[in-house]
Amino acid sequence: MSDTSIIITSTQITELIDLVRRVHGFDFSGYTKASLKRRVVRIMQLKKMEFYDLKHTLVNDQHFFQYFLEEITVNVTEMFRDPSFYKALNLQVIPYLSTYQHAKIWCAGCSTGEEVYSLAILLREAGLSNKSFIYGTDINTEVLREARKGIYSLRSIKSYAENYQFTGLKGSISDNFTILYDAASVHNELKQNTLFSVHNLVSDDVFNEFQLISCRNVFIYFETELQERILELFYKSLCPLGYLCLGSKETIRSDAFKRKFKVINHQENIYQKIGT
Amino acid sequence: MGPDKNLLERWRTTELLLLGGSAGSFKLLFQMVKLLPADLGKIVIIVIHRKRNFFSEIAKLFAENSRMSLREIEDKDVLEKNTIYIAPANYHTLIEKGGYFSLDVSEAVWYSKPSIDVTFECAAEVYQERCMAILLSGANQDGAEGMLKLKNSGAVTIAQHPEDAEMDEMPAAAINNGAAGYILRTDEIFKLLHTQ
Repeated sequence: MSDTSIIITSTQITELIDLVRRVHGFDFSGYTKASLKRRVVRIMQLKKMEFYDLKHTLVNDQHFFQYFLEEITVNVTEMFRDPSFYKALNLQVIPYLSTYQHAKIWCAGCSTGEEVYSLAILLREAGLSNKSFIYGTDINTEVLREARKGIYSLRSIKSYAENYQFTGLKGSISDNFTILYDAASVHNELKQNTLFSVHNLVSDDVFNEFQLISCRNVFIYFETELQERILELFYKSLCPLGYLCLGSKETIRSDAFKRKFKVINHQENIYQKIGT
Repeated sequence: MGPDKNLLERWRTTELLLLGGSAGSFKLLFQMVKLLPADLGKIVIIVIHRKRNFFSEIAKLFAENSRMSLREIEDKDVLEKNTIYIAPANYHTLIEKGGYFSLDVSEAVWYSKPSIDVTFECAAEVYQERCMAILLSGANQDGAEGMLKLKNSGAVTIAQHPEDAEMDEMPAAAINNGAAGYILRTDEIFKLLHTQ
């Protein structure tokens, strides 16, 4: 499957991180190295490039950098990934959100938007469509363009239908799409309450106050120190008693942050901001 | 006949034991988990293909029958000896140079997530000759490529004898690409793991 002949050393990864930071201003130094290495090898395979070519093209070709940015971050996502999470959210968090006149939700690292629309569907089912707004952010402009379109392949929607079934939500996932040939387009009604924009968790700051922040399967690509910096950003971005959702394998480990976030659901890593 | 002396010596000194399997490997892995003593002195990682979306019944079942401490891997868990780690469903399990895991949701490899190849490749880089990998029954070719990298980096690599495997495609792939340093019968594998 993968080409065994491509070998990248840790020194070369460091070299590449430095280069991208100097030339393009993106700092990947806090990213986990094993994943970065796999992504770089993947790019070299897809583009049939040697390491030298990769460096050269990264410096001289802005379009290529956009491509690099898309490929270096993992954009594999699905609707209602981990149905048990959505079930827990529905039971433990939605009632709280409904007490607000208007709830703001931040989906950080939203990629092509599947999770934003999953949340939008959940909110609609709870009757909160007109009382909520979801901000989806990512570092990558290209995936955000896809997210705004909200058009997914019919095949993928079919595979999300199984997830949906396990969430305990009523109806069927396809109720939320207009289907045309082999494409499924998210209903405008759901899109209305969403906004997608660029935000880099590594370098950008607080931009609003939220009742709920969902950042799932993003921390897995970050080293512990960077995770903690971003936890601080989330803490500052949440209203008092606001909720934070991490991926089902991403736990808050640092004692300092354990004091700032109360565990609401241990299995699904749902937390609530406490303290001041 | 017992396992050869060289292999026994490598087993004694190995720090990390990797077990990979797919269809037809569950019973074997279950028996291995039961067999390994609490004070094995090694890190054990199990990568087994399974259905996504179902909360880890496997990890629960294994934990109830293991004498070693056993857990399903969470992001940034530190690799510690005398512990069996199970790769979670719907993620790839990577190993970082600092001796901890990181998880990854990227594209499936051989239609599999977790992929045995991915974890084996990381182990080859980080643990090199300090690890031993056993590839068991399975109905696809995941693991063969990763096992080749392990072998090239000096690790001990063992494929279950295809005649003993419920599904022979997986161990056979590792034999065909030259990744298997040893081809062992099921009872020989158990004898080896049983040796203190």
